[in-house]
Amino acid sequence: MSTTPERPSAPGPLLDVRDLHVEFHTRDGVAKAVNGVDYTVSAGETLAVLGESGSGKSVTAQAVMGILDTPPGRIAGGEILFKGRDLLTLGEDERRRIRGAEMAMIFQDALSSLNPVLTVGDQLGEMFTVHQGLSRKDARARAVELMDRVRIPAARERVGQYPHQFSGGMRQRIMIAMALSLEPDLIIADEPTTALDVTVQAQVMDLLAELQRELDMGLILITHDLGVVADVADKIAVMYAGRIVETAPVHDIYKAPAHPYTRGLLESIPRLDQKGRELYAIKGLPPNLLAIPPGCAFNPRCPMAQEVCRRDVPPLYTVDEDRRSACHFWEETLHG
Amino acid sequence: MAEAILEVRDLVKHYPLTKGILFRKQIGAVKAVDGVDLDLAAGETLGIVGESGCGKSTLARMLVHLERPTAGAIRYKGEDITRLSGKALKAVRRNIQMVFQDPYTSLNPRMTVGDIVGEPFEIHPEAAPKGSRRSRVQELLDVVGLNPEYVNRYPHQFSGGQRQRIGIARGLALQPEIIVADEPVSALDVSVQAQVVNLLDALQSEFSLSYVFIAHDLSIVRHISDRVGVMYLGRVVEIGKDAEIYDHPTHPYTQALLSAVPVPDPEAREHRERIILTGDVPSPTDIPSGCRFRTRCWKAQERCAQEVPLLAVPAHLTVVPGPVQHPSACHFAEERHVVPGGEEGPTGGAGARGGKAAEDPGTGDGPEGGTGGGGGAAPG
Ligand SMILES: Nc1ncnc2c1ncn2[C@@H]1O[C@H](COP(=O)(O)OP(=O)(O)OP(=O)(O)O)[C@@H](O)[C@H]1O
Ligand SMILES: Nc1ncnc2c1ncn2[C@@H]1O[C@H](COP(=O)(O)OP(=O)(O)OP(=O)(O)O)[C@@H](O)[C@H]1O
Ligand code: SF4
Ligand code: SF4
Ligand SMILES: [Mg+2]
Ligand SMILES: [Mg+2]
Repeated sequence: MSTTPERPSAPGPLLDVRDLHVEFHTRDGVAKAVNGVDYTVSAGETLAVLGESGSGKSVTAQAVMGILDTPPGRIAGGEILFKGRDLLTLGEDERRRIRGAEMAMIFQDALSSLNPVLTVGDQLGEMFTVHQGLSRKDARARAVELMDRVRIPAARERVGQYPHQFSGGMRQRIMIAMALSLEPDLIIADEPTTALDVTVQAQVMDLLAELQRELDMGLILITHDLGVVADVADKIAVMYAGRIVETAPVHDIYKAPAHPYTRGLLESIPRLDQKGRELYAIKGLPPNLLAIPPGCAFNPRCPMAQEVCRRDVPPLYTVDEDRRSACHFWEETLHG
Repeated sequence: MAEAILEVRDLVKHYPLTKGILFRKQIGAVKAVDGVDLDLAAGETLGIVGESGCGKSTLARMLVHLERPTAGAIRYKGEDITRLSGKALKAVRRNIQMVFQDPYTSLNPRMTVGDIVGEPFEIHPEAAPKGSRRSRVQELLDVVGLNPEYVNRYPHQFSGGQRQRIGIARGLALQPEIIVADEPVSALDVSVQAQVVNLLDALQSEFSLSYVFIAHDLSIVRHISDRVGVMYLGRVVEIGKDAEIYDHPTHPYTQALLSAVPVPDPEAREHRERIILTGDVPSPTDIPSGCRFRTRCWKAQERCAQEVPLLAVPAHLTVVPGPVQHPSACHFAEERHVVPGGEEGPTGGAGARGGKAAEDPGTGDGPEGGTGGGGGAAPG
């Protein structure tokens, strides 16, 4: 499908984020939003990023895309290897070219990410006029093709309409169309269906998964929804206080989590197929990023915390070949 | 069922659509709620689910008298509260309180937590004499698991889950019998959500409250509800005990809704059969004739365009006793198992696994979009 010449032929991952640190300089001090994140995504693979609100999921994605608010944000360390090149060493022109053409992002709120005063056709077409130098007429034809592809009915008639004239589900499909327009190698979808109803969410997720297969793209899916993750992900990275605390293939993690925070998350979801007893609830409050607790950041809320947890930051232990856990007691957690 | 504390009959709310500035002419109406019947028993939790825009919040606002119905009755202990005014209305309103969805915007940022939780006492001074208010507020904070010392703090000093607790404390201030909770946990993280749901559970047993619990998350609703009503375009299309709805749904819309819920179990991926609905919900200003679900229903037939299906136990299902026998507004109601892991019922969903809806979400969009996808394949 794609004509991009520099498709990675070498095995290696498409994206390899290494020890990424991001901080925000605020009036109250330095907020350490991302504190050493490592993750990889290969072509055709779906990585789900989970974690509570404020754990750094979006900030990490923004750093990868190169759309971080700087200032107040600052990348304080690490590497972002995309097809083997460290994006953090590239100039803004080069990054802008990569953005859109080689990697693209889908945001949660389609209405506020689309321009309300431009027609959908103009916004889709712009990708082609700017990046590929197509004429307005050709760009419009490509826009109609894209709308067809994400199954907007009567695309030819509706290409001249404005975003508010579409339903929420259709707007999200248009966002997907825009992200896919240049057939990028990597898509980052930040809560793409959170604002949608279950029936529409199912349509949108199916579409995204199908197009991903067709184009063999890497997909990073940021979400709170453990159901969506179970449905589409190949592997999972769980974040807490700006760190990855566990990463594993999707089947393993649902069967037996190797980190107490992951376990807490999985146990706190109510189930559709049974009437629950009391729900498990992780006690306490999310950490204050201005003053992350010493040792393991999760220790004030962890039912398994010991003296060593308040003292030593747990490294990312190797559980097995494709599985890691940042818990001193990962073995006990896994088998407990 | 125990005695109904609240009975809703043929409740309607139409918002007029007008045109022109000087001479406002009504050109139509948004039929937000369009004939709803419900009963709420004392001490029970009734869950309400349905897609965005189906009228859940409008219904909630009418129940707590924030909005007047266009037609219909809301009877509280036998008395129609839609006709009350003045003192009598004020007395009833005390007993039906609301908890709102958004813990970030529903609390006034310039008021202290103490003022927010104590605000209902300004309107109902008889509920707590002036001198005792502060200690009463502190008691309420304690009940919902907040530190009573926090009375002088402001909302922004709290997390989302804590703010939702503040909203719940305010809802409890007047010791109501009924709490209408409109998406009380939707804005919260899973782990915080669990804390708030457990709190609501505990408060219910402690104060023998009745809840109307509105949410779009079907798993949460099952967890907390004794009975569940499913709404579509301003009407209840199916209602019953939680197991009747989740394990033995008979209305196609309920089946589609349940089948679309992602299940947090990667092993279920391959065995699931999802019903992907075609098209969008029709506009509430232009409701399809007959069955209002017919533009998206894969079972729709000629009769569905002609005759409005009523919310009652379908006649052809009255011969099979058991959980399939519950009200369902469909001419061709029929059991179908859609929740993976849900136990097979005694009636086994006879052959109801055929007729999978068309997977293409593109056809039949909007109200004019014909009679949905899959060609009305009647399951064999
Ligand atoms: N522009 C900014 N200025 C200051 N702090 C910021 C900024 N953007 C993000 N942060 C902080 O960085 C932290 C991580 O935020 P991020 O948006 O990545 O969280 P998240 O995991 O995506 O959460 P959510 O699930 O709520 O979207 C938060 O504490 C946030 O307040
Ligand atoms: N004040 C109003 N004037 C006109 N139309 C209204 C008004 N309030 C609600 N509506 C319309 O009535 C319909 C039902 O709205 P309602 O808020 O009750 O839906 P809901 O089921 O609560 O949806 P959601 O899940 O998105 O909260 C919608 O089409 C809405 O646009
Ligand atoms: S390192 Fe200690 S505190 Fe941290 S998750 Fe493991 S057991 Fe809990
Ligand atoms: S079969 Fe007919 S009556 Fe039943 S839901 Fe479908 S359209 Fe409505
Ligand atoms: Mg985010
Ligand atoms: Mg609502």
